[in-house]
Amino acid sequence: MSVAVERVRSDDLKRRNRRRRLAHGGILALCLTYVAALLALPLVGIAWTALKPGWRTVTSTYAMADVQHAFYLTAIITVMTVVVTTLFGVVVAWVLVRQRFLGRGLLNALVDTPFALSPITVGLACVLLFGRGGWFEPFFAARGIQIMFALPSMVLVTVFICIPFVIREVQPVLEEIGTQEEDAARTLGASVTQSFLRVTLPNIRWGLLYGIALSTARSMGEIGAVLLVSGLIQGKTETATLLIFRWVEERQLAGAYVVALTLAMVSILIILAIEWLKRKRVREDA
Amino acid sequence: MSTPIRVENLTKHFGDFEAVREVTFTAEAGKITALLGPSGSGKSTVLRMIAGLETPTAGRIWMEGEETTDKSVQERRVGFVFQHYALFRHMTVAQNVTFGLAVRKMPRTEQRKRAEELLELVQLGPFRDRYPEQLSGGQRQRVALARALAPRPRVLLLDEPFGALDARVRQELRRWLDDLHRELGVTSLLVTHDQDEALELANRVVVMHEGRAEQIGTPDEIYNEPATAFVAGFVGSSSVLHGHVVDGHVQMGPHRVPGADHLEEGVAARAFVRPHDVRLSTAENGESVRAIVERVSGLGWLSRVVLRLPDGQVLMAELPVEEVSHLKLGDEVLVDLRKSKAFMAPQTEETASELEAGEERRAR
Amino acid sequence: MSSAAQAAEPWWALSYRTVARLRHWGLRGAAVLYLGLMIGLPVAAIINEGFGEGLRALRDAFAYPGATQAIILTLWTSTVAAVVNGLFGTMLAYVLVRYRFRGRQMLSAIVDLPLAIPTLVTGLMLRAVYSSTTPVGRALEGAGIKVVFARLGILLALCAVTLPFVVRAVQPVLLELDIAEEEAAQTLGASGWATFRRIVLPAIRPAIAVGALLTFARSLGELGAVFLLSGNMPGRTLTAPVLIYQMANQWKYDQAAAVSTLLFTIAFVVVLVTTRLARARTGEDAA
Repeated sequence: MSVAVERVRSDDLKRRNRRRRLAHGGILALCLTYVAALLALPLVGIAWTALKPGWRTVTSTYAMADVQHAFYLTAIITVMTVVVTTLFGVVVAWVLVRQRFLGRGLLNALVDTPFALSPITVGLACVLLFGRGGWFEPFFAARGIQIMFALPSMVLVTVFICIPFVIREVQPVLEEIGTQEEDAARTLGASVTQSFLRVTLPNIRWGLLYGIALSTARSMGEIGAVLLVSGLIQGKTETATLLIFRWVEERQLAGAYVVALTLAMVSILIILAIEWLKRKRVREDA
Repeated sequence: MSTPIRVENLTKHFGDFEAVREVTFTAEAGKITALLGPSGSGKSTVLRMIAGLETPTAGRIWMEGEETTDKSVQERRVGFVFQHYALFRHMTVAQNVTFGLAVRKMPRTEQRKRAEELLELVQLGPFRDRYPEQLSGGQRQRVALARALAPRPRVLLLDEPFGALDARVRQELRRWLDDLHRELGVTSLLVTHDQDEALELANRVVVMHEGRAEQIGTPDEIYNEPATAFVAGFVGSSSVLHGHVVDGHVQMGPHRVPGADHLEEGVAARAFVRPHDVRLSTAENGESVRAIVERVSGLGWLSRVVLRLPDGQVLMAELPVEEVSHLKLGDEVLVDLRKSKAFMAPQTEETASELEAGEERRAR
Repeated sequence: MSSAAQAAEPWWALSYRTVARLRHWGLRGAAVLYLGLMIGLPVAAIINEGFGEGLRALRDAFAYPGATQAIILTLWTSTVAAVVNGLFGTMLAYVLVRYRFRGRQMLSAIVDLPLAIPTLVTGLMLRAVYSSTTPVGRALEGAGIKVVFARLGILLALCAVTLPFVVRAVQPVLLELDIAEEEAAQTLGASGWATFRRIVLPAIRPAIAVGALLTFARSLGELGAVFLLSGNMPGRTLTAPVLIYQMANQWKYDQAAAVSTLLFTIAFVVVLVTTRLARARTGEDAA
């Protein structure tokens, strides 16, 4: 009699387990489908569309002067943006964490502002400040310095958009590690610079690198703001994204897809770096 | 006159809060001076001001005759040991120890030699390539000490160095620090809230309370001749008896205890009695007090006896086992409280409850 | 004994205190100038341009063909994206934290992809798969679903671009949860779904809110992914950011600025709320 009961019980258990596994499997399948539809499939799609015409198209696209200039310009803007936002980002993070003053809350809120603005608005603001009739236009025009439709404006808008990244990644780390090690370094004779370079910087390095990776990716992919300020001058102020934009409008889809695929590949590299950095960061906290 | 450390009227305000109020003392060369007090008494702040980690609101600091009030941390050449070690987490033990030498650009070979010396001294030679997270709390603190000593500082400042360690490790390290100090002879300033630590290690103790230095003296003086009610209540354990001053005694109902000669007639006063100063009296005389035995608990060769006085106040006594073996609960005894110290009763509620809390802690 | 050492100091050398104070204030000044100039100034310029003459620019903006519909469309699609990603993002976070399966790392990487991929490329990727010339596109069109040059495309683009936000907001909270609580619920008879609803969900609800709100704020301003995908037809698939672009291109700066101000005010309030929520949560954890 007890054997029969046990068999019933195990059947029940088996049924429950099977139902649970189905439910889990269902959720997993749903998630995978969603991600596939939005990202994985499109990624394959762009690779296929770009490479379908053949490898010749790819090489000929890369050989074009416009394309080479576009990549070069994107790289320059990215490097300059990352340098500026990293240097000032660390300073701002330091001031927000280690100093107490009236208006600190306001300053903190300002840091989040770029997340709230559409890139097109950023471009518009640049036009209003440096374009014809703009607030600063007379000052620069008088000195013969070109801001609009040239590199400076493009860097400015990209910097604006990337401001929060380094700051928001370094701030929590600075909070967590506290001042103890820096105090110890000072008692041991380290100057403020030495203490920062030898003690603080190594302690914040993963958060810092993570912020730099995010800034790099964002600078590379910027389109909305530069659309307004660059003037779209071929061969002079056309970034890789602007090039893609123009070619799609001109129905030169083959080349556009090749450049887009290139950018996608670089992004994947950055993502791999980000995933690696994420793991490093978690290990530090543990 | 080159005292290693001298501070005069050192004061620190954090906004409205007065953390340190006009503290003045000197540290003797080659000896350990302890800053003893409860948390919030300002002792760590004093230490940090001496190190240069905080700037004083007022007051001056001299080290070996030279005024250092306005000098940078780096210029003062102090060795500082933090409560939570503050080891550089990304450097090995050896790198931590040589940090103070590396920033002074000492040649690598000399750095390594000095590191070896110090790691030997703190008995952590084989750990030189480990990272702080791989060490125990006690080991980390020894590394911190080696690191602080490596650049041959003028003085050693220790901020509750054993506060983050568990009791047994604390005892071990305390003994070890004592030996180390004997060997090295570096002038040391030790901040602690643990009076056992202060009384055991220090040659001179500065008792601090609410930012002020309540008393400065040898451990013996602090313990046996407390200058204020706070010191009497904080250092060692005492029973506190309340009464009024009559003829140089503290009168509590029909009984009285001596020790109030310095107080005004008629004021409310508290008498502090140490448990081991309570003696069983054989004969009735004007000074002895009647008490009822409430509880007797054995402590090895000592017995802790809880006595209740006629007016309801509680008296703790520590007596040799033989003397109390015949006592039962409810027995009436006569006790002598010859060595009590009396102080004026505090005016405010706060100080009163603080002292009571201290007394309760001891009574456990 | 020390006077000899002091005599060697040059007359122009500043005392340590002064140097320290200069450095302290110098850093603060640099931070304030950087943020003030880089952020404060542009925002001031926009607000001034859009509302410098009262509500005139805003009224003109609403008179622009397709403007009102564009703003409504943006608000609507951003909300839907927040809800959809709120749902799927939570599921993804749960799957990534609680399940063990092959390719979990790769799924995590793909989910993070929108953080790095240019939005324009995202839009182009979607177009490569769903335009009516592709097999997928044709199949969908057969079923009556049009993606490219239609509103569904806008929604897809927004969901793709904001995918990581909810996932990354919820993941750490799930990781922190003590599984013992769920086990206790099960021993007391709660089914899988009930356990999730009563134990897990309340704990992750604030994180979901934070992620969804960020999704909303981000979607309000999205341009790159939508531009080449929607066709930008006024009254049909024109979104607010593209509207702003068109206005600016026609030198209607004041109208563009007015609409911009409208959008970023909403987004800014949302971002403030999320930082407050996020800080409240970490405050709880610390307590």
